[in-house]
Amino acid sequence: MNKRQYKLDFWSLTTWVIMGVFVLFMVYPLMSLFISAFKDPTTGVFTLGNFIKFFEKKYYYQSMLNSFSVTICVTLLAIMIGAPLAYFMTSYHIKGKGIIEILVIISMLSPPFIGAYSWVLLGGRSGVITKFLSDLFGVQMPSVYGFGGILLVFTLKLYPFIYLYVSGALKKIDVSLSEAAESLGCNSYRKVITIILPLILPTILAGSLLVFMNALADFGTPMLIGEGYNVMPVLIYSEFISEVGGQANFAAAMATIMVLITALLFIAQKYVVNRKSFTMSSLRPIQAKKISGIKGLCVHAFIYIVILLAIIPQLTVIYTSFLKTKGSMFVPGFSLRSYQTVFKNLGKAIMNTYLYGLIAIIIIIVLGMFIAYISTRRKNILTSAIDSITMFPYIIPGSVLGITLLLAFNKRPLLLSGSFLIIIIAYVIRRLPYTLRSSAAILYQISPSMEESSISLGYSPVRTFFKVTAVMMMPGVLAGAILSWITVINELSASIILYTGNTKTMSVSIYTEVIRASYGTAAALSTILTLTTVISLLVFFKISGNKEINL
Amino acid sequence: MSVSINVENVIKKYGENVVIPDLSVEIKNGEFFTLLGPSGCGKTTLLRMIAGFNTIEGGTIKFDDTVINDIAAHKRNIGMVFQNYAIFPHLTVRQNVEYGLKLRKLSKVDMKERTDKILEVVKITAYQERLPEKLSGGQQQRVALARAIVIHPSVLLMDEPLSNLDAKLRVEMRSAIRDVQKKVGITTVYVTHDQEEALAISDRIAVMKDGVIQQIGKPHHIYERPTNIFVSTFIGHSNLFEGVLYINEQGSYITFQNGYKLQMPNNLSKEMTQKPIIISVRPEEFSIDPKGLLVKIKSRTFLGKYVNYELEFAEGMIKTGQSTIEFSQDIGHAEKTYEVGEEIRLAPNPNKINIFTQDGSRNLMGEAKLYE
Ligand SMILES: Nc1ncnc2c1ncn2[C@@H]1O[C@H](COP(=O)(O)OP(=O)(O)OP(=O)(O)O)[C@@H](O)[C@H]1O
Ligand SMILES: [Mg+2]
Repeated sequence: MNKRQYKLDFWSLTTWVIMGVFVLFMVYPLMSLFISAFKDPTTGVFTLGNFIKFFEKKYYYQSMLNSFSVTICVTLLAIMIGAPLAYFMTSYHIKGKGIIEILVIISMLSPPFIGAYSWVLLGGRSGVITKFLSDLFGVQMPSVYGFGGILLVFTLKLYPFIYLYVSGALKKIDVSLSEAAESLGCNSYRKVITIILPLILPTILAGSLLVFMNALADFGTPMLIGEGYNVMPVLIYSEFISEVGGQANFAAAMATIMVLITALLFIAQKYVVNRKSFTMSSLRPIQAKKISGIKGLCVHAFIYIVILLAIIPQLTVIYTSFLKTKGSMFVPGFSLRSYQTVFKNLGKAIMNTYLYGLIAIIIIIVLGMFIAYISTRRKNILTSAIDSITMFPYIIPGSVLGITLLLAFNKRPLLLSGSFLIIIIAYVIRRLPYTLRSSAAILYQISPSMEESSISLGYSPVRTFFKVTAVMMMPGVLAGAILSWITVINELSASIILYTGNTKTMSVSIYTEVIRASYGTAAALSTILTLTTVISLLVFFKISGNKEINL
Repeated sequence: MSVSINVENVIKKYGENVVIPDLSVEIKNGEFFTLLGPSGCGKTTLLRMIAGFNTIEGGTIKFDDTVINDIAAHKRNIGMVFQNYAIFPHLTVRQNVEYGLKLRKLSKVDMKERTDKILEVVKITAYQERLPEKLSGGQQQRVALARAIVIHPSVLLMDEPLSNLDAKLRVEMRSAIRDVQKKVGITTVYVTHDQEEALAISDRIAVMKDGVIQQIGKPHHIYERPTNIFVSTFIGHSNLFEGVLYINEQGSYITFQNGYKLQMPNNLSKEMTQKPIIISVRPEEFSIDPKGLLVKIKSRTFLGKYVNYELEFAEGMIKTGQSTIEFSQDIGHAEKTYEVGEEIRLAPNPNKINIFTQDGSRNLMGEAKLYE
């Protein structure tokens, strides 16, 4: 080996700095969470007591069972909706395809708690539909609270994952495969069952694990619409909140169990994705065919109903935001009162959202580019360790992350709790992966000889990075950064635990307003948030040049 | 300004895997030097060691008298042309060419002058405001060349720069490269595995195999007097025959397995007498001769200037493991051509053919030189 390599150059310095940051803000908090899970709340000695308590009391372990039953149902439903939707959209001419694709992505990227909240508006105790049905027909609408409600909201929010995964896989199937099957005398149902389904099965599996993980970790939806139906994230949250000031060991133990489950799922997902054995690249992708008659009608009806259901929450929220209110009650007529109230009382939350979001995005971009670079171009033990740590956010549910950070940074000299910094840290940790992944993806497409030619022309490796590599990476970085941005401003699970009066953000305010039953202001805030999301999404499509999104 | 390159006993390892065990070569100032060899023999590796992108595990590389082992790549003042051109897609042609000059503290006027001149030399002035994506492969190649030489590098390194172009363009570009190199007069190390390209373009060629240099020499010399069987079969086609060498007072001669005798020029070393040898005859070194070796024509291919015949010899005459035995007949001077199945008599030209030791490791003709 050359002596030169051992000197501390710019990149090894960067690597160490990033490692330091990661250890401080990810490894250390997580370790302290695990340790505190094994400590007795009063004596502080190591014990398995917290875990035993969890598995002994029905009230506690029931939440886990509940979580599992709801997530399993959601996953199955998401497959049943997402996979056929993808198949129909790929193989048939569907009217309004372009708009449908965008609507699917919007419904996926808007925060799930808005979905929960607007289903309450529609079908809740004093919801529009509920009132309508009981006033006119005296019919009792089935409750949107509890298990059913969570299922509804999650399914409509998460089926797009399956849809996107399966669409991607179908695009890679060469039409000759399907033609070969037809020439062998398969009818189209047999063809789907015997050829297409086996080919996309690994993809469906990978997508389902993603759905499962998301449903398991989400906190806002069951909190708003779950009522008595306790699931794990909610229980962790309420245990933690009720114990603040005291010991949070029990909440930590539950969080540990949760992280363990998600970690297993994550590993399973990686395994499935890596083993996706059919590496296909199609020269001639499946061409959409015309569809007509009864069959065409049914297919279109299915698609439109799904999309309508998925987008209803957004529409409801926008509509509600323009209703006239008196106090927190709706009165007949339209007005901009809700918006006035929002800007008067909650202007700070809007400011905070954009400000924190912006700061977080800048940090995310810098970190994302540097980490992508060192882990693809400067491979060594340290950089692969960093690469592994960047996977943490996939397995740590937002609310757990919130608790973790709060536990780790509530004492001097690391006193961050209550400040806006801790929220930004949470944002960065949770949403870095989007930018990181798309930066790494584009970097793989840039030939190292680009950098080498700049170096041979006399630019040092560091200057080369900024003058050539960084510039060429930009489209990928920005595309990822927009996804990070969209998910940052919609973040609830961690911020709900970390916020204080001064550091409230829009999503937190929407949540608290809903809890206070100020539906008008919540709707106005949601509309602002949705609008920001849609605009950002359009910018994303413009930058990335296509309507594909990679989560 | 241009320098000579001295590679002395360099070693390259990837982990435990030794790719270049011990390699020395001297490349003269201003010379067009080509590294030629089969895939995986270490050409790119050696080139990147000179460029500074690969570490050097042993030995030294010098530019003139300066050891450059520990000089960082960006301080070596090297012009490099890559296989995929590596043109910066976000810069125009002109900006690409100016990129390296920007570091070199030139006045605006000087910079413009130098850029204009080089654009002229490589004939891309007309495209200077275009973005690279709007250029053809050949044009991109020219930009890459211009960008590399405009900085007046000490040496110019090229790794298979033509391999992405189609056959016709390849021929056109190789003379363009050659012209530009001579015009600028810069020491050039060129990597290729295309032997025709190497023969056409180089001042000298180093033929490599498994990280070891087999022969260094002028193109015609390597072709005519290869030092061993690897070189003789890698460059051009050679037909190999089993034979025996005899040297006595009357002179030296060789015999083929069927007893056919051929008088040889008198520059063979005495101690090899009565030893089995390998006789190497190139397809164009046969001629029709009523007293020649009897062969049968297996197939023929018409190639315009030549007719190429695939031949069938009697059992045991030829060295085993060869794909074809060929004879190419120059149509310009042929009385008639022959048909498949016909039997003809061919005599090898003793002044042209080469004879090797039986293991193929050494050429017994006195003029064959390992390093030239
Ligand atoms: N980064 C690397 N790590 C390990 N082995 C390598 C690496 N780069 C090259 N090698 C090995 O070194 C040997 C020489 O490779 P090199 O690229 O120099 O060959 P080459 O002569 O340029 O071949 P080609 O004509 O195919 O370009 C090969 O056996 C290759 O597998
Ligand atoms: Mg090579």
